[in-house]
Amino acid sequence: MLYLYFCRFFCYGTENYKAIQYKEGMNLDISIFEVVGPVMIGPSSSHTAGAARLARVARRMAENAGAVTHVSFGLHGSFARTYKGHGTDRALVAGALGLREDDERLSDAFSLAAAEGLTYDFHEIVLEGSHENTVEIIFTLSEGDPFTVTGSSLGGGRIAIKRIKGFDVDFTAHVPTLVIVQQDEKGVVSEITGVLAAHGINIGIMRVSRLAKGETACCVIEADANISDAVVDQIRRLNHILSAQAVHPEA
Amino acid sequence: MYNSIQDLVSQAEERGAGLWKIVLENEIKLSELDETSIYKKLDERYDVMIRSAERALGQSLPAIGGLIEGIASRHARFAQQGGGLMGGFLNQLMARAFSCSEVNASMGKICAVPTAGACGVLPAVLLTVGEKYTLGRREILEALLTASGVGAVITKNATVSGAEGGCQAECGAAAAMAAAAAVQMAGGTIHMSADACGFALMNCMGLICDPVAGLVQLPCALRNASQAVNALVSADMALAGLTSVIPPDEVIEAMFHTGRMLPPALKETALGGIAAAEAGKRIQAEIFSENP
Repeated sequence: MLYLYFCRFFCYGTENYKAIQYKEGMNLDISIFEVVGPVMIGPSSSHTAGAARLARVARRMAENAGAVTHVSFGLHGSFARTYKGHGTDRALVAGALGLREDDERLSDAFSLAAAEGLTYDFHEIVLEGSHENTVEIIFTLSEGDPFTVTGSSLGGGRIAIKRIKGFDVDFTAHVPTLVIVQQDEKGVVSEITGVLAAHGINIGIMRVSRLAKGETACCVIEADANISDAVVDQIRRLNHILSAQAVHPEA
Repeated sequence: MYNSIQDLVSQAEERGAGLWKIVLENEIKLSELDETSIYKKLDERYDVMIRSAERALGQSLPAIGGLIEGIASRHARFAQQGGGLMGGFLNQLMARAFSCSEVNASMGKICAVPTAGACGVLPAVLLTVGEKYTLGRREILEALLTASGVGAVITKNATVSGAEGGCQAECGAAAAMAAAAAVQMAGGTIHMSADACGFALMNCMGLICDPVAGLVQLPCALRNASQAVNALVSADMALAGLTSVIPPDEVIEAMFHTGRMLPPALKETALGGIAAAEAGKRIQAEIFSENP
């Protein structure tokens, strides 16, 4: 797997991005809104708010691929053991319906899903080496292959998306993020960055992973500014691009 | 930037400003938001806090397990009728903390300040002390700024995670934040605010996290109420002139090391404390066998 890193120092001060501990050095600052917040539906920032957020981000990506008819949640670790007590199940369904983690309808997620005709199921799985709070979300689409997203809830409502359709990725979706699947060809990445540069969008972090050399690759770009539909469309029209979508933290 | 309570105090002294002002100015630099936008965000969050502190006062909110259902409304009635030994003021404070915990447990909307499990302490203290001194919204938000500065220091130098530090790191940290805010609202000095923060953590040093059945209900709600009272106890100690022999920053460090020393069974795993009591284990078995 090839990783390209264009790293900048930490982007901080964003909503719902709670306190990472830095015991040594102490040269990183913490926004007061990481201490006073997030505003969320209880009872647990990791088991409820983070779960809703994970499912919502996954849904945003899946619905780009087609109409969702069923969602299957594979629960790993602490999610599998404790999900009923923390409403993780309702939070996940709420997220899969597109509800935000501070939406008061979250606890009615099951009846909302019934009203929308979305079916769902839960099962326990073991994902070796994964974070304790990890879920594999499989969206059945009205046409084509299922869309699978795996992610972890890290605490304080923060999440990490770890796998999309078989590609290993790692992003938090707390900043505007572009997820692109492309043919692994020379020059594709530079064309993508060219489009972003032309629109004045600065890249915070960029990673490319591929299944095998010359096959398909997945490129995840975390940007400093919102990525408009026009930009996404322009990237989709580039040669060798199979799919492209933007995920915004508040969308 | 501030990395310690001492930083906050010395910068405030140099500038002849309140602690809140240092916290606010740092946030402006850090977030690149202007003062108005920061106050707007704080105001929105304080609205959520108020609603969660009031919502369960007049109604019981059902939750899985139902271990704390109705405690806020019963306590609010108790406070209204004079409030037993400690009187209406402190019992109203506790009722509000209970309300936040009940709202949280029932999948209602709360502000995690600093965490969801400890979401009752700050709203109860800000609201109740604000009323006592008939403070305006701006003054309460200034107190919230001071509290959040204390919370940021604890987050940096220790932890606010129950899984990492036990309840002292969640409700204890909330009490330390609220104590500093309460001193400010009562007209105390910046040194008193700093000392109150240290007292609050000393008063709950080593407090474990032992949720029955792993639910954020019991003893979480009780700890929210008792740590809200702790915040006011600590604030009064400072306001009366008691000064901290151990500097607040060293108390924060001690809390962190104490948390590290606590075994995993006493840190949110529901394997120790009252969670491991016979009744605690029975409740866990009942709740999770009902929903196989």
